[in-house]
Parts: sequence; structure tokens; C-alpha cells
Amino acid sequence: MAFRCELRFAGVGGQGNMLAGTIIAETAILHEHRFATQVPTYTSQVRGGPTKADVIISDNHIEFPEATHLDFMLALDQRTYDMYKGDLKNHALVLIDDNLVRISARERDLWDVYGFPIIRTAKYEVGNVLTANILAVGMTVELTRVVDKEHVRKILQSRIRPALLEVNMKAFDMGIQAARALQLQKINQRAGTTLLAGQFVQAQDSSFVRESAPPT
Amino acid sequence: MSVDYPRYLRNDKLPLYWCPGCGNGIVLKALLGAIDDLRWEKDDMVMVSGIGCAARGSGYVDFHTLHTLHGRAVPAATAIKMCHPSMHVIVFSGDGDMLAIGGNHFIHACRRNINITMVVVNNWIYGMTGGQYSPTTPPGSKASTMPQGNIDSNFDVVELARGAGATFVARGSVAEPALLKNYLRKGLEHKGASVIDAISSCHTQWGGRNQLGDPVQLVEHIRNMTVSRNNADVLSREELTGKLVTGIFHQDLEKKEYAQAYAELSRPVEQNVVV
Amino acid sequence: MADVQIMNGNQLIAEAALVAGCRFYAGYPITPSSEIPELLARRMPEVGGIFMQLEDEIASIVAAAAASYAGYKSMTASSGPGISLKQEGIGMACMMELPLVIVDVMRGGPSTGLPTRASQSDYMQTRWGTHGDHMIIAVAPGTLLECYTETIRAFNMAERYRTPVIILSDATLAHLSSGVTLPPRSALEIVERQQPTVDPANYRPYETSPTNPVPPLPNRENFPRYRFHMTGLNKDATGFPTENPASVQADENRMINKIMDYTGAIESFEHYQLDDAQVAVIAYGSNANAARVAIKEARSQGLKVGMFRPITVWPFPFQQVMELGRKFKHIIVSELNLGQMIHEVQRALQGRSELHGVLQAAGTPIRPQQILQKIREVSA
Repeated sequence: MAFRCELRFAGVGGQGNMLAGTIIAETAILHEHRFATQVPTYTSQVRGGPTKADVIISDNHIEFPEATHLDFMLALDQRTYDMYKGDLKNHALVLIDDNLVRISARERDLWDVYGFPIIRTAKYEVGNVLTANILAVGMTVELTRVVDKEHVRKILQSRIRPALLEVNMKAFDMGIQAARALQLQKINQRAGTTLLAGQFVQAQDSSFVRESAPPT
Repeated sequence: MSVDYPRYLRNDKLPLYWCPGCGNGIVLKALLGAIDDLRWEKDDMVMVSGIGCAARGSGYVDFHTLHTLHGRAVPAATAIKMCHPSMHVIVFSGDGDMLAIGGNHFIHACRRNINITMVVVNNWIYGMTGGQYSPTTPPGSKASTMPQGNIDSNFDVVELARGAGATFVARGSVAEPALLKNYLRKGLEHKGASVIDAISSCHTQWGGRNQLGDPVQLVEHIRNMTVSRNNADVLSREELTGKLVTGIFHQDLEKKEYAQAYAELSRPVEQNVVV
Repeated sequence: MADVQIMNGNQLIAEAALVAGCRFYAGYPITPSSEIPELLARRMPEVGGIFMQLEDEIASIVAAAAASYAGYKSMTASSGPGISLKQEGIGMACMMELPLVIVDVMRGGPSTGLPTRASQSDYMQTRWGTHGDHMIIAVAPGTLLECYTETIRAFNMAERYRTPVIILSDATLAHLSSGVTLPPRSALEIVERQQPTVDPANYRPYETSPTNPVPPLPNRENFPRYRFHMTGLNKDATGFPTENPASVQADENRMINKIMDYTGAIESFEHYQLDDAQVAVIAYGSNANAARVAIKEARSQGLKVGMFRPITVWPFPFQQVMELGRKFKHIIVSELNLGQMIHEVQRALQGRSELHGVLQAAGTPIRPQQILQKIREVSA
């Protein structure tokens, strides 16, 4: 089964969603020898406009870089979430900042939703609000296993200025821990139901494998 | 010592395209005289012009010459100076070309302080297209598109250039060609953006509509309007109304020249080109 | 994959320009072309080249053309609104026969339109934007690698035919980043402009011969010793204005024929799964990628579909499309506008095939599913 995963990082300009997508795509290309694309959509509003970065990671060459069957979406803004949630597949994994995004009960049934106060945690616990995107990357990687977190660390080391590396690494680690805690919580809530239902199976190496996409 | 004008001209292109009696020939002659004073080589000079009567000047000089679009001589000259910083780049174009359709380029070249010499051949009118009023047409005077007398205020080229950041600004006129040649030479020698407001005479389009249809009369009129900068200092504001003050108004030797600043930015490592 | 570089389409165009020998760039800030000047502002001083951000779009194209007159390989980049402003400069470069590369990173329009969104609505402007009879070469890269290779080809054609060449990119390609393996420099053909062999006193900038319709033009090194005149007026072989009817007519014809007589060398296109196809899709640029996904899906459902993808979009591949008309009963044209290239296709088909459009001007890319749906309809 050829690996293919479509991810969307959605929020508003200034939150660093583009960079979050870039880090994941670069990790896949440079350290995991996979094909990956990152294509941003933004508005001319430099700060505060709805933005998204679509990332596709695949074993095969990617022809069309716009995501159309999302396996994962990060949402840090309500309006952007509402604009771009339409491409989510059933049972897709959705990570939201639950201080900023509200999800209906129906949508919670449709998708596998994780909520966490990402921005507040970056601001008060990591100590720098600008690390929110890196915290989100940590959560994304831990929840989806789409790329290896050690490989992400290498990319962070090469991309982030030395002066800011430590605080970003702290954010990344806190993201991983937060994701683990949410997963545990969900397991306890479900008490016996399978964590990754539907089209997702947990492979031996913990990689995130998808069945071939159903045509729509 | 007399100037060997044919040396600088494309003699096979003569006679000039300009009307008999046009002041543009006097400006061109003054420019060639200034160049001769400096003993510059023809291979080292580029003349760039826009569109209009004066802009046809580039066709007659035996330099590197580029006759561009209406208003666009200055950005073309800017590029050529950057490409060949050791060459002397001269813009020779009219008031409509440089101050109306090319006004934005003009002020930005002044601001940038790039070492080009901008000669504004300023005859207060669009000659080639039929005598329409230009940004320098004196208020009250008649033009084909202002038959009642101009209500549009005019630019003072000197003030405009100085305000925009040019580092050499002078004004001369066809009524005082020896002085004009002197200002042009100083402008050519100056290392930075230099502007020479060269008052020219268009008896065909401006003079004819304003009771000055005879070319000699028109040059006399300009002479009567002309006051040297030194004499102007003692005149009152009222006495200066309608006068043309000539001289060198501004020279700044401190401001960094742009091509030089860019050269200092460059650290050529040609072998490091990608791949 | 040590040789993989992660870059977006704009960065690839800028790097390719440097490799092609571009040493002058002038531009004005406009979305979505920004990464091109940003990269060149840093790189040009490193390679002994010139980067200028000028006061407006018109100054930028005129400066780029003047740098070409002064012997430099030169480029400017913009998007629809800026290309509208640059049209007089494009015409000047056509008339003066100056090699020049113009990048148009297309966005929505008319007017300010959709600054950050993808579009292919400058297709016709590219051909007919400037006034007067003229011919233009335009290439539309469809992939990141082609952003690189087509830029080099654009410079080569500009120099070889002494003409402006337009690169039609779009917002999707501009900002798509992925891993790209660039061809080694030794594998790239770089064309330099033909140099005059006559001594400077006898050089005439538009002197042609029946075997060489593209006259030599001094390069950066030779420029100072070759003095000549150029004008935007109709000119004769000497470069000076002429209104002689026979001379003007001959020069206008030559300027078009110097391109049209070489379409075999200028044309570039892709046939994708056309051999056994019963329906043909025609698409170009980033939109062709949606078509490719749709074709794969259609084929998995047993529908025999293929694609003709022009890479050189101007001159229009008339002969190629005419031949498609002989073979296919149904032809689908997909483009990210409300119908521009489809008119050229219609002209070339001469009524032979039934023509269908998948057209969109919503600011969002056409999705593979939309093209697939049209394929299904047509195949039914």
C-alpha cells in the first residue's frame, strides 16, 4: 500500500501556519525520502487574514498539490476552519485550539477531534506566543506519526535561529506531551474502542498509513 | 579654441528635424560645447531621450543613443548607468516628457542621486503634438488646449529637482548660451543626479499663440525675463514675478551616489552561482 | 537524495535566471511575484549583477529593456496589474528587438482582482497586450522543475531571436514548494547573443541577411565600442526612423517571421496518454496537473483519455491542435479563466471536433474532480 497523507494547517496570518506546513513537508523530503508538497493560500491581509498551508506527503510523485481529501487539519481560527473544513474525509484527525475554534457535536462524530489551548500554552507555559506553531507541529507529529519526530528536530535545528532554538524545542516537546495526554484521555473515555478507527490503521512502525482514497 | 561640432554629430542626419529658429539647437550646441570642454570620448557617452521635439536630439549625436518611449528616458538612463558605471549618461528630453508623463521617474532619479545628467529642454509647451499646455506653461499664456489662457500652475524645475534630492541643479536659457554651456559642463562633471533646466524657445507653438511668433523676438523676450541668481537676491518677491532666475542653485558633494553605493554592496564571487 | 533542494516556483525562476546568465533585474513589488525580487536582491550583488527596485512597473520594464540594449541579459517580473502597465515597454522591446525575459505570475483580475489567488487570465494579454502588430514568445511551466528549465529556455530564445519572452507562471506554481532535483549545469544549454563581426564603424543594429533574420547585438563587453541608435519608431537597418512604406512593411514582416519561421524550434509540448485516447484534454500551466490526476482516475475507470499540454503557449501550437481535431471527436479545454486559449483551440480545430470547456475564475484552482466529471459527461 503506497503511503499518502494530506494535511492542512489553517489559521490566520501571523500564527505561523505556513511554517508549520513547511517543516512537516521538509522533514518528509529531506529525512524520509518521500515526496511532499506545501502550497499556501493566503490573503493580502498580512496579519489576521485566513490562511492555510496544504501539505501532501506520498510515496509517489504528487501531481496536484492542493489537498482535496484531508486526513488531518490543524485549525487555529474559527473563520478559517469554517472556510476550509469541507475537504476533510470522514474520520479525519482534526486538531483545534479549543479556546478559538468551536466544533459542533455532529462534526465531532464525523471526525476524530482533539482540542487543546495551543496558543495560550505557548504564551504562558512555553513563554513565547510565537512558538504556538511549533507546539502545534509537535502535537501534529505525535497524533499523526506522519513524520518521525527526531527528523523534525533536525529540521528545526537547521531552520530556527540559534537564539530561538531552545524555546522552540521546548514548545515542540510540550506539543508531543500534550498530544500524548489527549490520546490517553481519549482512550480512557472510549474504554475499549479502537483509537484509530475507519480508514486508519496503526502500522508496526507507528507510521500513519491510509488506504487508497475513495473517489468522490 | 573653437569647437569641432561635426566631430560629435551624425552629419548624415542633418539638417535638424526642428523648426528653423527653434531654441533646441542652441541647447544641443551648448551641450556639445560643454562635452568638448571636457574632452570626453564618444565611445564613453550615452544619450537617452524620450518622445517629443527635444527627444529627437539623440538621433544627431554620434554617441551611444537610445530614443525610448514617452517619459521613459530616465529609467532607461538609470539602467544603462548601472550597467556601465564608467560611461557618461545624459538624458536630453523636453518638459512634457520629463515632468508630466515622466515626472515620477524624474523625481525618483533625483532622489536616488544616480550619476546621470538630466537636461530638461524646457520650452513650456508640447511642440510636436500641436502646442498643448505642459507642466511648465506659464500661467495665463495660451496653448492649443488652453485657448483662454493657462489656469494650470507650473512647475519650477529647479525647486522640484532640489526638493526631490538632486545634488546639482542649475537653470540656463537659450538667451545666454555661453552661461548655459557653463552650467551644462558643471552638471556633466558633477558625480550625482544633476538637473539643468534649459529654457528653450518654441516660437511655432508657444510664441505664435502669445504674440511672440518671431524666433528672435521670443529669445529677446526670454532674455528680458532672465535675472541672474546674484542679481535676484536683491529683488523683492514682486519684482521677481514672471522672471526667470538663472544660475547654479544647488550642489551637494556629500550625498552618496547610487551606482557607487551599489558597487560597494557587491562582492562578486562569480564562481558561486548556483548548482 | 542529497541533491534535492526545497524551493518554490518563484525561487526556481530566479535561480534559473542567474544560471542562464541574467545579470540585470528591475522590478516593482507585487504579489504573488515577491520571492523573485527577494532572491535576486540578495544574489545579484554576489554574482556581479544588478538588482533594482524602481519607482513603478513602467520604469522596471524600460530599465530592463535598456539594460538589454547595454548588452546585459535582463529580466523583470510582475503579475497581471503590473503586466498591464508594462505593455508599452514590452512593445518597445519588440520594436527595438531587445532580448528580454518578463515573468508574469498570474493572479485574478481584471484590475486589482485577487492578489494572492491563482488564475490563468493573462493568456490573451500576453499575446495582444501591447498595441501594434507583433509576435511574442510565451512559455507556461507546469511543474516546479519546468519553472527552472523553462526560464533557461526563455532566456535562450530571447537571445536567439532578439525578442521579449514571457514566462506565464501563476500563484499556485509560484508558492508551491517541494523537493526539486535540478539538472547539472553541464547538461544545460546556455545561448549567448550573436556578436557583430564587423568593425564598429560598419555595424548596423538591424542588418539582416536572407540566411540570418536575427541581427547580431553587442553584449556587455562589446557595447562600449559599438555606438548605434535605437528607437521605438519604425526603423530601418541602421536603427534610425523610417516611414518608407516598403521598408516598414518588410521590417514588420521580418519581426513576425523571425519567430514564426522557427516555430519548430520554439514549440514545446507534452503528449500525455494520447496514443489510445478517445477524448483529449488540452490544459497548460499548473492547471494541467489537475487534468493529469483526472485522466489517471478516468483511465482507472476504463475511460480512454489523454492530454495535450502546450508548454510554449505563444506562438499557439496551431498545427498540433489542428491534428488533434483530425483524431478526436471530443476535446476538452481546461483553463483557469472564463475562456481564452479555448478560442485559439476553436480556430485551429476548424469545426472538426466538439469542443468542451472546464473553465473557472473563482480564485481557487480547478480540481481534478471537475475535469473528471466533464470527461465522464463527454464519454457517456
